[in-house]
Amino acid sequence: MSSRFHRLAALAAVVAVAGASAAWRAHQRPDAATPRVLRVCADPNNLPFSNARGEGFENRIAQMVAKDFDARLEYTWWSQRRGFIRNTLNAGTCDVIIGVPTSLDMVLRTQPYYRSSYVFVTRPDFGTPPRTFDDPRFARVRVGVQMIGDDGANSPPAMAFARRGIVRNVRGFMIYGNNADSLPQAPIMDAVANDSIDVAVVWGPLAGYYAGRTHAKLQLTPVSPQIELPFLPFVFDIAMGVRRRDTTLRNRLNAALERHTADVERLLDSYGIPRVTATRRSS
Amino acid sequence: MSTTAVAWPLLVFATWWCTACARDADGAPPQSARDPIATPSAAVALPNSIPNDAPDDGQWLRPAKDFASTRYSKLDQINTGNVARLGVAWTFSTAVNRGHEAAPLVVNNTMYVITPYPNVLYALDLATGSKKWEYRPKPKAASQGVACCDVVNRGAAYADGKIVFNTLDGNTVAVDANTGREVWRTQLADINKGETITMAPLIAKNKVLVGNSGGEMGIRGWLTALDVGTGKVAWRAYHTGPDADVLIGPRFKPYYASEQGTDLGVKSWPGDAWKIGGAGMWGWISFDPATNLIFYGTANPGPWNPDQRPGDNKWSTTIFARDVDTGEAVWAYQLSPHDLHDYDGINEQILLDLPINGQTRKVLVRPERNGYIYIIDRTNGQVLSADPYGYITSTRGVDLKTGRLIYEPSKYTKQGEVVREICPASPGMKDWQPSAFSPRTGLLYVPHQTLCEDAESVEANYIMGTPYVGMNVKMYAAPVPGGTRGEFLAWDLLKRKPAWSIREDLPVWSGTLVTAGDVAFYGTMDGWFKAVDARDGKVLWQFRTGSGIIAQPVTYRGPNNKQYVAVLSGVGGWSGAIVAGDLDPRDSSAALGFVNAMRDLPSKTQKGGMLYVFALP
Repeated sequence: MSSRFHRLAALAAVVAVAGASAAWRAHQRPDAATPRVLRVCADPNNLPFSNARGEGFENRIAQMVAKDFDARLEYTWWSQRRGFIRNTLNAGTCDVIIGVPTSLDMVLRTQPYYRSSYVFVTRPDFGTPPRTFDDPRFARVRVGVQMIGDDGANSPPAMAFARRGIVRNVRGFMIYGNNADSLPQAPIMDAVANDSIDVAVVWGPLAGYYAGRTHAKLQLTPVSPQIELPFLPFVFDIAMGVRRRDTTLRNRLNAALERHTADVERLLDSYGIPRVTATRRSS
Repeated sequence: MSTTAVAWPLLVFATWWCTACARDADGAPPQSARDPIATPSAAVALPNSIPNDAPDDGQWLRPAKDFASTRYSKLDQINTGNVARLGVAWTFSTAVNRGHEAAPLVVNNTMYVITPYPNVLYALDLATGSKKWEYRPKPKAASQGVACCDVVNRGAAYADGKIVFNTLDGNTVAVDANTGREVWRTQLADINKGETITMAPLIAKNKVLVGNSGGEMGIRGWLTALDVGTGKVAWRAYHTGPDADVLIGPRFKPYYASEQGTDLGVKSWPGDAWKIGGAGMWGWISFDPATNLIFYGTANPGPWNPDQRPGDNKWSTTIFARDVDTGEAVWAYQLSPHDLHDYDGINEQILLDLPINGQTRKVLVRPERNGYIYIIDRTNGQVLSADPYGYITSTRGVDLKTGRLIYEPSKYTKQGEVVREICPASPGMKDWQPSAFSPRTGLLYVPHQTLCEDAESVEANYIMGTPYVGMNVKMYAAPVPGGTRGEFLAWDLLKRKPAWSIREDLPVWSGTLVTAGDVAFYGTMDGWFKAVDARDGKVLWQFRTGSGIIAQPVTYRGPNNKQYVAVLSGVGGWSGAIVAGDLDPRDSSAALGFVNAMRDLPSKTQKGGMLYVFALP
């Protein structure tokens, strides 16, 4: 890890801590012609988050930050699966992941910039949308959940149904999807739209983005409660992630996010990303 | 580490022979896989002799050496008396830094080495160690992001003038063994759907047999047979779904009631979960020419979390016997029905004829991931015995009447609950690393790990922009007196207990080799390549290679009629991902919890792929 950008960031930190004189700072400031680079680790085919054509909302946030930093934007593309952080951020080929849950301790996180929820996705003919996993209709309707398959893990909705013994009528849609499609995770949403299942429980950003771009009328209802005990959360705060030691970059990203709060909110609205509450700010 | 020698009677060892040990040993030219295999010798155990006394051809045409998968060589120039003088003859850098699991092949005075991704095939001149040519299949870079557990390749196979191997991005490739030119290339797996291929193909008769990896990704497992001449698909047998897809038909006669019935590959799953049920095939296949049957085991069911898939989840973790020509299943036996702990059933099967209760039985020996060494009648799938070869808490044994594995309910993992001391841990008592069998000692040499795991509640993760919390698995050395993380075990198949064992600090993730010189070879993850006395486990020689060893050693006769031993060094794989993948030792759940057990590995070895060839002075 020896990116130009990182060295600049480190230099900036030294300058700030030293509280150096303006003259010294002018002397040390990099030549204005030197390109500054914001190196982003991202999935090349994972709308609505990111793709190699720059069409995802995380691409747009990256552009926003790069502009704020007066930096050129560069990507390292890697599927956001097991090994993503190992092969990108921690391999030193890039310096920031635009979206990670704040509870992911493999990376150093910024302040969260949005909070979303898993949502129940139904058609209007379902009737009153379900609000909880204890809705008695789940015993008999056709249910779709996102499945993961490793880490002894699964998506929280898959866990919630399994815990209630609701398994036989549950259809799993692998979260990885078919990477040959431009929206790999679409099949679970398609299945509700074309009536091959009755309810899907889907992470909000995907559901919101899809619902805003289909002719089918879909209802999205946040899962409640937000956390099922002992600990099965359906709501996550999303932040940016950097290497654990890159506190300087983290601080600069926090400052940029603070400056662009309203821009980020507008951007998320334009992608139909559902947020359950105002994003928490604890600074 | 210490060596435990257990006395064994002289009478025991001579009453075996392995069914296809010397199948290829019919003179200098390598046998084409098209040629029908010689009729096996009479199925009579001859005291104090090995019935097939054909000389070893001095080559190494497939990772397991022979169709019976013994990894036994009749070469004896290097023996217990002189192995201490073994030294490096030559080396070759593969220029790849990931985990090297493959066995080098030796055919017609040429050595062939296949690397992990990017799956470069090197042809090396045996006389000089010089590179003759290299072939680069250029697998798609995206395949690296799909592979679950390092980007390994377990080897190539030779037949019909071709070197055949699989690429991480799902192609089977045949390369002209003389020129290095591609002869055919067939795309079998689709990385867009989470499928990769890491296994070494077996070529039996004129069929190239290949299976897929990716149980974590919601694949549907299969084994596919390709024509070795053209690369065209001859048949494909799925491991989940209706009988027609699994190639279960009128010839299917499983031994146990659990395996009898129609469409169990559908009915033993909820809804259509079988469509994403995993059960790939990324391990080993054996072939018995006498019965025309292949034998192999299928991988774990998906998703890993068992609550989402009530039922036996057939045909995951199942040994299949299939007709090599048609793929038809003849019998099946499920090792770990409704797998709870990722006891992925892809381990090797060694085909032997064993004297059992006064009768010679045609058996399949299987040191299984779940911790038991199975001896199974390979003609019908009956389990004759299943004995623990390490510390087991997750199950109570195998019911020989029903064939069922008996689970220990207190080790059943549930989301949100802490379950401690699940033994063996999810890599099992033994993972992919293959055993060897010597007809001279009657012992099975088993390189394996001795790990337990705690399944703790929750940790956040993120896949494809989707957050979730999962089980946090931490692995560690089994809490037994003198417990370490690994062991090289010599198992007496007739007495059904250990003859001796060598405790190793780290998991023994390499394959093994045993020779008529009564020397067994294996490597350690901190880079020692060891030669031990096959009879008592005494370490006779060791050499420190540049990186950890997780590959399969081989031996061959060089053009100068000298015997050589070769092995790839280059740490990685699932257990070695902490070095090969630069994982963070502070993140105990990385590499599916394996990192916790391997924190010290970076201080003990470095990455780097290098071939070592050893000879006597």
